[in-house]
Amino acid sequence: MNALNPIIILVTALLVVFLESAFSGVRNVLGAQIDLLPALMVYVSLTAGFSTILAFAVIGGLCFDSLSANPPGVSIVPLLGIGLFYYWNREIVVRDQPFAQVVLGLIACGLTPLVTLLLLLSMGRAPIVGWGSLWQWLAMTVGGAVFVPVFFKLFELIQRALEYAPLPESTFRRDREIKRGKL
Amino acid sequence: MLRRPHYIALSLVILLVLVLLNLPSHTAAHIKLAISGLFLPLYGFAGSAQSATEHAANSVLPRNTLAKELERLRLENEQLRIQLQQSDETRRENARLRQTVAWKQQAPWNLKLARVIGRDPSNWWRTLHIDRGSADGVRENMPVLTAEGVVGRIGTVGAHRSQVILLGDPNCRVAAVVFDAQNKERETGVIGPAASEVLDHTIVNLGFLARGGQLQPGQMVYTSGQGGIFPKGIRVGRIIDTRSIGYGLYLEARVKLEVDNTRVEEVWVLFP
Repeated sequence: MNALNPIIILVTALLVVFLESAFSGVRNVLGAQIDLLPALMVYVSLTAGFSTILAFAVIGGLCFDSLSANPPGVSIVPLLGIGLFYYWNREIVVRDQPFAQVVLGLIACGLTPLVTLLLLLSMGRAPIVGWGSLWQWLAMTVGGAVFVPVFFKLFELIQRALEYAPLPESTFRRDREIKRGKL
Repeated sequence: MLRRPHYIALSLVILLVLVLLNLPSHTAAHIKLAISGLFLPLYGFAGSAQSATEHAANSVLPRNTLAKELERLRLENEQLRIQLQQSDETRRENARLRQTVAWKQQAPWNLKLARVIGRDPSNWWRTLHIDRGSADGVRENMPVLTAEGVVGRIGTVGAHRSQVILLGDPNCRVAAVVFDAQNKERETGVIGPAASEVLDHTIVNLGFLARGGQLQPGQMVYTSGQGGIFPKGIRVGRIIDTRSIGYGLYLEARVKLEVDNTRVEEVWVLFP
């Protein structure tokens, strides 16, 4: 499973980006497309290794930018920043608690679009930003954060499905068995 | 904390980001097309799944619903054929008049149908992807439209798919003209994004209008043909309202687009 884990994470990143591009049901209802890459980055940074975090930020960010009108590489920066910050502080986070996962998701999903927009504006691009963007930001933040515990649960299920089944433990020991003879 | 290999890997990633962000736009577009090629099998799979679902849904439609639909389409076809006869006569008359005054003849439109396969995943751009590319003859800046009106123009072009920059995106500006009730050209302006309407993708701004412009809500806006990308006379939308900009220096109008870009599934690419 250890070798498979980074591959599964990267494939999930590709699928997430594809789903965001191919299905716009959420966008039609909320007026904003929810970006799930920051939510997935929370899971990756709290459970995976350093190289997986780097690979996820680069591949996820590049895939997102390739389907968007963003300049390539602009989405790598916020993902990498969030991922490394959580990775360096993950020992002090109660990462198994869904509440903590949601709070970390709120921070990640709230900061990522802000940093991306800041980068775009500083590069001289003119993204469509107005008062309605506040609602979009709120929807992206809350919507993304809700998915963090979902990703934790999903990957737990995948890991359980791919790992060897744990041996059942019993208090019975053959060498301590009392064999009764004839009375 | 970080070990030496970590530092090296992190430095390489930062270097990669800096290089990517400073690439010329042409190279960046090629890189994006190459990476997005990864998604082509997924788009193909999604398209097949969608058509299979539609096929399954069609097969369970009741016969009387289909008969009603057929009757409606037959009537519509009849009406359109009559209108076509009328417009044929107008076209011939137009051609004769153009010949008389030695104007250049208008070439008939050459359209190709394309299916929308994806949309921009970010919220601050308005683009979509279609399943036609350079292999089908699609080139940059070709107009994209539906029967209702203008959708946008072709942005980057891959071999088998292209990006369409939609009306309302900052990178798609269209010269437009407003007609009055007597079909006379009233005002000309430029269609651009409406920053106040981020959530509604069907509203754009018609800017650079003369300050004394007499515009009424409901007036139709058409492409003016200036700019060299969009031919003249394609419907864009209807005026919602106008407001004075720049301390009364000029007017700006909000326009409701004829085409709802968020729901469009098939578009036509207009070939020269």
